[in-house]
Amino acid sequence: MSEQEERHDSAVVPEPPHDLPPEEPGACCSRRRFIGMAGLGVAGLGYAAGMAYPVYRYLADPAERAAAEAAVKEVTLAKADAPAVGQGKNIKFGIRPALLIHHAEGKWSCFIATCTHLGCTVAYKPAEKSIKCPCHGGIYDATTGANVSGPPPKPLTQLTVEENNDQLIIRRV
Amino acid sequence: MTNSLSAACKLPALKERGNQLYAWLNERLGLDFFVEIARHKTVPEHRYSFWYYWGGLSLFFFSVQIITGIFLLMYYHPGDGAYDSVRVITNEVAFGWLVRSFHSWSANLMVFCLMVHMFSVFFMKAYRAPREFGWWTGLGLAGMTMLFGFSGYLLPMDDLAFFATKVGIEIQKALPGAVPAWIPGSAFAQNMTNTLIDNLVQGGPSVSGMTVGRFFSLHVVILPLIFLPLLTVHILLVLRHGNAAPPSVEALPEKERRSIPFFPNFFVKDLAMWLIAFNVLLFLSAVSPWPLGPQADPWAAAPDGIHPEWYFMSQFQLLKALGEVLPGAIGEAAGATMLGVGGLLWALIPVYDTRNGGQTRAKVATAFGWFAIAVLTFLTVWGYVGVMGAGK
Repeated sequence: MSEQEERHDSAVVPEPPHDLPPEEPGACCSRRRFIGMAGLGVAGLGYAAGMAYPVYRYLADPAERAAAEAAVKEVTLAKADAPAVGQGKNIKFGIRPALLIHHAEGKWSCFIATCTHLGCTVAYKPAEKSIKCPCHGGIYDATTGANVSGPPPKPLTQLTVEENNDQLIIRRV
Repeated sequence: MTNSLSAACKLPALKERGNQLYAWLNERLGLDFFVEIARHKTVPEHRYSFWYYWGGLSLFFFSVQIITGIFLLMYYHPGDGAYDSVRVITNEVAFGWLVRSFHSWSANLMVFCLMVHMFSVFFMKAYRAPREFGWWTGLGLAGMTMLFGFSGYLLPMDDLAFFATKVGIEIQKALPGAVPAWIPGSAFAQNMTNTLIDNLVQGGPSVSGMTVGRFFSLHVVILPLIFLPLLTVHILLVLRHGNAAPPSVEALPEKERRSIPFFPNFFVKDLAMWLIAFNVLLFLSAVSPWPLGPQADPWAAAPDGIHPEWYFMSQFQLLKALGEVLPGAIGEAAGATMLGVGGLLWALIPVYDTRNGGQTRAKVATAFGWFAIAVLTFLTVWGYVGVMGAGK
């Protein structure tokens, strides 16, 4: 703001104040008045910003909290809650849905279940052994998460699955 | 003037563009109408001019109520979760305590400014012709402000809110009990009142989450829906008739009476007052954030020293004091009658103290105003003394 002030200020300097019509000393070009007005403007903006900051933080609060929750790195799941062999299940990974797949050969895959096209939540289709997005027909590979066909531009974000006795530990890569 | 100004600014093209834009808009929106009003409206200037700011201050605090109210709506849940949501606003949401404090402090300051405004209008005799409807719409707004206060007080559902609302509603329920039993229909009136209050106001046999839902819709939809048009009429009447000068100033010869243009002169002063008001609000909210008591427990005893907000204190004390002299419903009915008659006389003052009504009526009206202030102050102080005694 002070930059702007200076810039305007220097623009006014070449204009000798005594050239102004005497009855209009304060119209808009008297240097003292201009600086006074600019100072008032800066103070006003500062005041407004002081009001706007709490309002912004008040409104942003839930999103900021969610962002903190989204930073979750690891989720533990009891095997009893995991899908049966050949099935997939949508689970919570922080604030996001994840898709956990229990492959026929006993291996596990897990992905963030948000379609890379327009953000719908994808599902595992056991019959086709692939991941499908119901919204626009995008198809992903069930073991790698690679976008196989349809509109998705990118593969699904993969999570690692580690077996630990009767638990599964799912981690961000 | 215009030429020298634009020459001095070295921006004649911009000025020209501005004029063109104004002409374009004026053709379509009729802006000249408003500019003419702003240009011709003046505000009398005299030793009592200070009292002209208080209506604008009330309006300012009302605007704060709307804005902070909208923000609170984003996190508040009416019903059984009310207390929890207010707890979250107060303790968890960033600056939630500040928004809530603003709303509560501004409500109190609005009531205060409104009272100052009303009494200054009264003593300046600004209710006289042609401004009677300004007085009546203003009284309507004042009454609705009290309802705003009463309904808003319940919404956090802490113990004070719960019991204050309970008592406020019980007073209404008790009134028909003053009708002597030998009068036919007295029992019916009592039953009917109880049923109507339970079914329509409370949403159950006592204050509960259901009551919160009703008070909530009253507070944020029904009251604003009526308040805003009434406020618009009130302000349009001020624009139409201008500010009234007190009789002592009106009696002066024309050349000794001074006035200043409303725009920009008085308007700038108004803005300055609003800035001061905002800083007062900020100070109060920061130094004394609005507290939240323990959650209302319908099975627990009422907290010691429980009392209504200060603007209901005089009515509360009147009922309490009369209750000691006339126990039971009779005392409450007597109190309600006194309040009702007092309010009615207050509303009818423009009809009694008219421009041609004579000096006696003018003096009686002024005395009535001082009497009202004395009674309200006395009852309020007495009420607080009683409450503090009970709290020990």
